[in-house]
Amino acid sequence: MSTPTVTPALRKTALNSVHRQLGAKMVDFGGWDMPVEYSGLIAEHMAVRTGVGLFDVSHMGDIQLRGPESLDAIQHICMNDASKLQVGQAHYSAMLYPQGTFVDDVIVHKLSDNDYLIVINAGTREKDFSWVKTNAQKFHCHVSDYSDYYTQLAIQGPKAAETLQKLTKVDLSTIKFYWFKWGTVCGLPNTLIARTGYSGEDGFEIYIPSDEATSKRVWEEVLEAGKEFGIVPCGLGARNTLRLESALSLYGHEISETINVFEAGLDRFCKLEKGPFIGSEALERVLAEGGPTRKLVGLEMVDRGIARDGYGVFDENARPIGTVVSGSPAPFLKKNIALAFIPQDYSALDRQLFVQVRNSMVKAKMVPIPFYRRPKKQS
Amino acid sequence: MAYPQNYRYTREHEWIEVDGKTGKIGITDYAQNSLGDIVFVESPKVGAAVKKGEVFGSVESVKAVSDLYSPITGTVIEVNEELASAPEKINTDAHASWIMKVELSDPSEVDSLLNAEDYEKFVAEETGS
Repeated sequence: MSTPTVTPALRKTALNSVHRQLGAKMVDFGGWDMPVEYSGLIAEHMAVRTGVGLFDVSHMGDIQLRGPESLDAIQHICMNDASKLQVGQAHYSAMLYPQGTFVDDVIVHKLSDNDYLIVINAGTREKDFSWVKTNAQKFHCHVSDYSDYYTQLAIQGPKAAETLQKLTKVDLSTIKFYWFKWGTVCGLPNTLIARTGYSGEDGFEIYIPSDEATSKRVWEEVLEAGKEFGIVPCGLGARNTLRLESALSLYGHEISETINVFEAGLDRFCKLEKGPFIGSEALERVLAEGGPTRKLVGLEMVDRGIARDGYGVFDENARPIGTVVSGSPAPFLKKNIALAFIPQDYSALDRQLFVQVRNSMVKAKMVPIPFYRRPKKQS
Repeated sequence: MAYPQNYRYTREHEWIEVDGKTGKIGITDYAQNSLGDIVFVESPKVGAAVKKGEVFGSVESVKAVSDLYSPITGTVIEVNEELASAPEKINTDAHASWIMKVELSDPSEVDSLLNAEDYEKFVAEETGS
């Protein structure tokens, strides 16, 4: 007999009923009732690699910091150097614990002097907000949680610009990768249009009012605009395989409260030279002690078998050396790939490795990451 | 998708079509739909012994791996080689895409399996619809 358990109600985005009407398979993702796939994961993945796909990413959170010391607060809380940002520019960054491990990874947008927007993950929204609020306290700035005010849509793929261009007068070719502008989109003035994403492709993320009617209207207009490019709505399944092919970190996998910046291989976004910030001391210590002891590496399965999250990694003598943190078939590359943490001294060598796939040891080889890099624009 | 009346079903979402002393075994349309795009089928070897209720292989989609449970006891006499190169056939037509053919040790075991109507009810309960 099973005991009834009380599960908190799942949170829904403004597009929940739209997803259900489209026949999406829904899953509980970090407390959110989200579409995992509509037409099929592989088809959705391929649409983004070769054409365009539309994602509802409204479950992501948005924290705004405003005030004369908002930059100081950001510099204290986030590892990248936000003083380098110009108005209209964004960058990848992360919030760290004092031990140099991850609270979350974020995208910091400089809206104007003294006004920053941090986009955070869904599963960590409350934790992130209170972390920012607490650590920004000593600075003259106001922290607001705007998460529920926006429906966030990601239009991703080589045809994303052409698709979105039909819905706005803003010349999208003037927005560089990781920059943003405001403009009218689908008749909605002052819409934030950012050339960002989580697919490894070109693409945009737009932030529109989160009421159901507006969200539904814009969703449908984007689908209509992308029709000639074969646009499909895409779920979290494709979002995961797309980010994995591009080796983009996912909280709880490649980054977490027990993984530090060097281990995750994200040091290029961590600017120790900008001066002390939360986590910097611990990271300096890691460097002084000779660097990280383990490292995130890319694996490609050589023999038949699919590495999955949590599977063990072994050396040629069947000695356990690490763990797969993300593993999946890669729909575009048509290979079975994985990201795994293994000891630094192994990762420097071109050694034969094995992944334990259920009852058997399957041969794998280390490959450079990202597994997939989008082709350079021809223009 | 209708569940063939002449098949029997397990609560683990396999089907069996019995013809005399042999049975063809596959996974149900409900199973393929919940798995999503299937990319790999791990079949047993011809000659292998399979046991009712025990794992005889696995099927993997992009998202997940799922064990296959044998509906009956017997010996594997054939595996569907086509699925090695085209596992997505299970997505297209689960009830025609058999995974293995088994010579049944005890054909009466089939009587304890669900019929189409009961399986459909079981699925409806599981999905809460």
